[in-house]
Amino acid sequence: MIYFDHAATTPVKQEVKKAMDPYFSDKWGNPSSIYGLGREAREAMCEARQTIMGILGAERPSEIIFTSGATESNNLALKGVAEAAAFEIGGPPHIIVSAIEHHCVLDTAKHLESSFGAEVTYLSVNEEGLVNPLDVEKAIKDNTVLVSVMLGNNEMGAIEPVKEISGVIKGEREKREKKGDKTPLYFHTDAVQAFAFMPVKVDELGVDMLSLTAHKFYGPKGVGLLYVRTGTKFAPQQKGGAQEKGRRAGTENVPYIVGMAKAMEMAEKNREAYSKKVGELTDYLVKRVKEIPKIELIGPKNKEKRLPHIANFLFKGVEGESILINLDMLGFAASSGSACTSGSLEPSHVTKAMGYSDLEAHGTVRFSLGELNKRSDIDELMKHLPGIIEKLRAMSPIKE
Amino acid sequence: MSDLYNEKVMDHFTNPRNVGVMKDADGVGEVGNPTCGDIMKLFIKVDKKNGEEVLSDITFQTLGCGAAIATSSYVTEMAKGMKLADAEKITNDAVAKELGGLPPIKMHCSNLAASALREAIKDYRSKS
Repeated sequence: MIYFDHAATTPVKQEVKKAMDPYFSDKWGNPSSIYGLGREAREAMCEARQTIMGILGAERPSEIIFTSGATESNNLALKGVAEAAAFEIGGPPHIIVSAIEHHCVLDTAKHLESSFGAEVTYLSVNEEGLVNPLDVEKAIKDNTVLVSVMLGNNEMGAIEPVKEISGVIKGEREKREKKGDKTPLYFHTDAVQAFAFMPVKVDELGVDMLSLTAHKFYGPKGVGLLYVRTGTKFAPQQKGGAQEKGRRAGTENVPYIVGMAKAMEMAEKNREAYSKKVGELTDYLVKRVKEIPKIELIGPKNKEKRLPHIANFLFKGVEGESILINLDMLGFAASSGSACTSGSLEPSHVTKAMGYSDLEAHGTVRFSLGELNKRSDIDELMKHLPGIIEKLRAMSPIKE
Repeated sequence: MSDLYNEKVMDHFTNPRNVGVMKDADGVGEVGNPTCGDIMKLFIKVDKKNGEEVLSDITFQTLGCGAAIATSSYVTEMAKGMKLADAEKITNDAVAKELGGLPPIKMHCSNLAASALREAIKDYRSKS
């Protein structure tokens, strides 16, 4: 198999697996236990947290909350802030999210709208998939408590202007402060796809909350984190024990937390070389796929505004699933839209938000490159892809 | 991905029968839904045998997912040689059933081939 789906998930690195291994059957204690075995687990977790703090530039260990992955982190960020703020402001809170967020942000926002009475603004993007920070400024209302805009998009790789949006939010906070208005306003970013490719420092980005998941950078699935800046008021969503300072009850997943820290450490160290290698491969892929007529690379035109591992192509007059099945039969793994929406009939909300029609949105295929790829994989792909597209186009009643 | 569909569906998807435009078609039927990403066009040729109208040829063109292409291909095979009156009774559900079933999510949007056939017959009748 040739794997072009690194944005969906990545394999666990041997070094990561090795780091995790002792915490399954040797040092298997519960980190909340008082005795030696528990202490051992607690220390491992503590060390992992320190490593992660350093990488993200967090100030206190309590700012890192371990979760089961980005879906939980994003749910926790939105629901947690909305709930705490509603209590504080005594009315419905307003939340701003971009229209191209992952479903775990969008569906949480929709849930807060329908079941919690929150007001939500879905920020539109331009045809390249970029949010305009001025639109954030315009969307902020007196009761806005949270803005959530992802750092890098998972479907077409747009790098969103998070720093600029943070500036807008700081300005608004100052205005509120001057008025003596105590309504909180926080900024959350989903940095899941971006982490392996760009420095993710919470102060430089100017964010109050940030979500990550380990399996996008060669760590294990089922573990992630939510960074929460000290002073950010949020209501825990999972009740029970006192783990994570009572903000995320449940026995911590020690081996996976250790694995995530190791994977982050390695990603941090290799970032520059990895980005360069993957970026060059993606450039080559784009160059080769463009040999096929009537295709379009969607997302930002300027390479600097695009994550280096993602290339999403619109194949005019063809449907994405048909391409994917044909590729799969030949041993190529790619996806249409996000991995989570393949097999659903809805055209990608991201492509649609960029102004493409339903039919066009159905004709997109995402290739995402990484460690497993080499140049010859792309040559191999190009032995088959033009034929697949030609065959499917010949079958189509739409000629354009 | 391939385990999304059974072998019979995959066979019709990978080797679709009767693909193409029919220049001298007696009837053309087009159905589809851009939201679902599936558009099907069916072309029919009708001959009279012993005073009865029979589908002597059918071809199709489809833009769509695996299910859309497979059901289009299958309905052309199913209906070829049938009396018009019988072909009209083929339902989308029957096509899916004969193909050994489709994923539930595909039943609504991508399973429109029989509707396309009925549209083509309607078109033929409106002309004759």
